[in-house]
Amino acid sequence: MITRSAHEMATALEAGDTTSEKLTQEHLDRIAAVDGDVHAFLYVDTEGALSQARGVDARRQSGEKVGPLAGVPLALKDVMVQHGVPTTAGSKILEGWRPPYDATVVAKLKQAGIVILGKTNMDEFAMGSSTENSAYGPTHNPWDLSRIPGGSGGGSSASLAAFEAPLAIGTDTGGSIRQPAAVTGTVGVKPTYGGVSRYGLIAFSSSLDQAGPCARTVLDAALLHEVIAGHDARDATSIDAPVPQVVKAAREGNVKGMKIGVVKELNGDGYQAGVRSRFEESLELLANEGAEIVEVSCPNFEYALAAYYLIAPSECSSNLARFDAMRYGLRVGDADGASAESVMNFTREVGFGREVKRRIILGTYALSSGYYDAYYGSAQKVRTLIMDDFKRAFNSADVLVSPTCPTTAFKIGEKANDPLAMYLNDIATIPVNMAGIGGMSLPCGLAPEDGLPVGFQIMAPAMQDQRMYSAAAALEASLLTKWGAPLLSQIPALGGSK
Amino acid sequence: MSTLSRADVANLARLARIEMTDQELDDLSSEMDVILSAVARVQEVATSDVKPTSHPLPLRNVVRGDVVTPSLSPEAALSGAPASEEQRFRVPQILGEEA
Repeated sequence: MITRSAHEMATALEAGDTTSEKLTQEHLDRIAAVDGDVHAFLYVDTEGALSQARGVDARRQSGEKVGPLAGVPLALKDVMVQHGVPTTAGSKILEGWRPPYDATVVAKLKQAGIVILGKTNMDEFAMGSSTENSAYGPTHNPWDLSRIPGGSGGGSSASLAAFEAPLAIGTDTGGSIRQPAAVTGTVGVKPTYGGVSRYGLIAFSSSLDQAGPCARTVLDAALLHEVIAGHDARDATSIDAPVPQVVKAAREGNVKGMKIGVVKELNGDGYQAGVRSRFEESLELLANEGAEIVEVSCPNFEYALAAYYLIAPSECSSNLARFDAMRYGLRVGDADGASAESVMNFTREVGFGREVKRRIILGTYALSSGYYDAYYGSAQKVRTLIMDDFKRAFNSADVLVSPTCPTTAFKIGEKANDPLAMYLNDIATIPVNMAGIGGMSLPCGLAPEDGLPVGFQIMAPAMQDQRMYSAAAALEASLLTKWGAPLLSQIPALGGSK
Repeated sequence: MSTLSRADVANLARLARIEMTDQELDDLSSEMDVILSAVARVQEVATSDVKPTSHPLPLRNVVRGDVVTPSLSPEAALSGAPASEEQRFRVPQILGEEA
């Protein structure tokens, strides 16, 4: 059962072929068998998950009408606070902290009867592209344990690829849902900014952060998307409008007459040969399904990465000021007579990792008097130019597409000491966050040269998320016909119950 | 193009409330030079006729009625505190002895 889609699991639950308790136990057994190798989870909530599962079973048995994913297990990125469950955001500064409330996303999951298995590993405060920046050690890619599972949400994507969970929640500030999905052969969606509440999402860069669904199929992602999306009065940037009909779009999967714009600047030099060939093949499949493929140009995208590495650190230097050792989290150096300031200084020195400190310093500099206009101010102007590029491109195309990442998964340790090389991973995913639009990644095959998954990125205008699901479902169906089985069926066995 | 000296980084660390080791200051000042020269590219297109964007949505103030709604109990709010006393967060001294 664990290799099936979440939708199939839900159907089996509804038909009475299994129970949520059994299904949850199967996933817990799988985690026990393989997570020593994968390390997708920072915390497994065995008792909480089983009791939640029994609760859903009882509701169903009593004849209550439950939601479409009720009883299906899920892995939660550790950046989302969950009442009473250890939540660290991958940082030592929050080690042992048990939040006193639920994030809105978590509350919605619980209300929908979705069973939360535990918290998944991530780059500290979601800063990274490999999960190597976690204070609790890296996660390993189930396709090749010596490689990275992407980041920052590498734990969520790896848990899906390792069949430890059929659904996961991620958050995406510059690609942290889509890039991990790409390198693990799974599906990841960054909804329109404001489409999913940020209440209870530990903030990294507030104008860019967006939670979204991770899954193994496009339909599963859509089902989860509709559970977590919607207006929330507790998030001042939450959009007060109806949720786009993504499940309907994923069921129909129609691209007839759809104009698909290939972004010229997000391809070519710097993109691995196998990534490019799988991308081109997918374009042909979409054309065969009746889509019209056009080329669009977004000349300012080449400045997106530079602007991102000013805006995100600037916002993070402000957001992470809350970790001050006063109200929650780590406190170091609180000896007799020590001042609050020295306690803060020592706590933040011990509690934050290297990449987090690097970004706080960069952000503090970019915002400082005398440099503000040259750095943060200029980056904000680039943001305008990127939004204008998207506007023009969407005048001639319904959705835009590109490879999700320039390369397949690299080796753990390969780029750990070269921040700029690491940042380049996000070159194709960042423009979406800068403009606040929707973006997703779905698997489009294995690169011939290394046998590793390649991601296909689809982007849609704000609050038109259903368009990406239509295109993704059509492509997924064509690829499935071509492959004869889901891509993940080719994953090397991890041992355990496979 | 500005470069950051070790003293500049030490000052930024002080402003950001991080007590850094000598080794960290050395490493960061050389890394910052590389990163700053890469991100300074934004200045090539950030001309005076381009308006800055701080946020992807047109933001407006969000208000609600002045109605009491359920919130955290003092026990829950203090549950993660490193130290507490009489339903308050206990913090190290903020002002010096003389102040």
